[in-house]
Amino acid sequence: MLLERLVSACLRGLCRLFTGAHPRWLCDPRSLAPRVYFANHCSHLDTVVVWSTLPEALRERTRPVAARDYWGHGAVRRFIAERVFDALLIDRKAAEGAEQVEQHRQQTLDAMTGVLDSERSLILYPEGTRGSGSTVQPFRAGLYHLARARPAVPLVPVYLGNLARILPKGAALPVPMQGQVVFGPELRIAIGEDKHMFLERCRQAVLELAGGRA
Amino acid sequence: MSLLADRELAWMIGGILVFLSIASLIAWVLKGRARSESGQATVANLVARIRAWWAMVFVFGIAIATGGYGSLVMFAIVSFLAMREFMTLLPTRRADHRAMVWTFFLFLPAQYLFVAIGWYGMFALLIPVYAYLLLPSLQVLAGDTEDFLARTSRLQWVLMICVFCVSHAPALQMLDILGYEGQGAKLLLFLVVVTQISDVLQYTVGKLFGKRKAVPSVSPNKTVEGYLGGGGLAVLIGTALWWATPFAPWQAAMLSLVIVLAGIAGGLVMSAVKRDRQVKDFSALIPGHGGVLDRIDSLCFSAPLFFHVTRFFFT
Repeated sequence: MLLERLVSACLRGLCRLFTGAHPRWLCDPRSLAPRVYFANHCSHLDTVVVWSTLPEALRERTRPVAARDYWGHGAVRRFIAERVFDALLIDRKAAEGAEQVEQHRQQTLDAMTGVLDSERSLILYPEGTRGSGSTVQPFRAGLYHLARARPAVPLVPVYLGNLARILPKGAALPVPMQGQVVFGPELRIAIGEDKHMFLERCRQAVLELAGGRA
Repeated sequence: MSLLADRELAWMIGGILVFLSIASLIAWVLKGRARSESGQATVANLVARIRAWWAMVFVFGIAIATGGYGSLVMFAIVSFLAMREFMTLLPTRRADHRAMVWTFFLFLPAQYLFVAIGWYGMFALLIPVYAYLLLPSLQVLAGDTEDFLARTSRLQWVLMICVFCVSHAPALQMLDILGYEGQGAKLLLFLVVVTQISDVLQYTVGKLFGKRKAVPSVSPNKTVEGYLGGGGLAVLIGTALWWATPFAPWQAAMLSLVIVLAGIAGGLVMSAVKRDRQVKDFSALIPGHGGVLDRIDSLCFSAPLFFHVTRFFFT
């Protein structure tokens, strides 16, 4: 317990030092009800930054969704992912064959709804992989299926700015700069909303928070 | 050397505290008097500024009181924060990443290390020679020539202003001035007091009596009256502090003038940078003031000049 708290405090301190990240809230930062935070993805720092800028009460009940092929790799990363972030590790590589793909999708969805059902929140990146930071790529369908499965759970768009410059793809060390974290207003899926329209609406919600910067 | 052992240092710090207390008192009186909306906004900003001054004086006081290393660490942190603000505003590319990492993790600590061990040669050459040549080499090895000259110039500029120039303030303590050994902290305090009081008085005189805009295209709030009145008063205050320095009164006046003029130039140059990057402040780290770089823009210019003029004439 002590080690986890120590690592957690160090990570938050380093995150502050390297990204100067100060969150801007356009939804209620005190609401403890489960939520799905979805953010643009451009750096390995993304999860650390969102997680460390959440108020403590929210942080404790929020589980980032993380790729097992990166965060499950190596003792240090796995310790941080499992014990500090309490991340929900998922397999990104889909199995071969249509039936297995469907089965894998269902398993991932079940894992995520399970978290929401236990009154906890999720952080996920609907782009799937890290982008260059200059644009937000089209969203994958996972967010749509999750929203359909739990339509009452509010979705919170999160814009992360400048993090791709602080720690870009392929870089080992970060350059300290000021990043931006904006938690946008909550949104929900409408009854019978089309998949592509919904995903595009969510993507636009993130882009809007960028204020013309992305 | 500590606060208790040096009576002159204690007098200087005591003077700053009295000055700040008077400022707080004035702000408190003004708070009850401001009627118009813009007047209230000005007073609210003034109150925020004075509150931040108390915090800054507290931090700087601790740095000075803990001897040379305390102020060294404090200025290293100031350099770090200033560079973090400045880098944020630069249009850099992926290929600059490695060079930027080196500026933060090699050149910044190394520069302060050379100040700490008093190695003047490396202190003076590290950034203008070694960093100057190494950084563009790292950038070119990344294989991206787009906008190359501008990219490498910007990086050099940031490192010079935020690390090289700022490090001259704590480096004052490594000057060997005959009959003034081990008293460098007072020289540092003299520089910081004259630089900052000049800023404060230019702002105050400008707000009270300012009519003619000095450089409207760069900084619309700066007035001729503010420059002459505030700068002149700062020179007087600097002169009146001669007893804490190794200088005669007329020498203290000349050096104060150097500090004030360099500070004015620094403020204007950094304003031009902000205009160029289309921001009002470098960040919002210090309430009422803006970013760290907004607070030390004049010091970036006055520190190296004061250091070298003093070194030339007094060592």
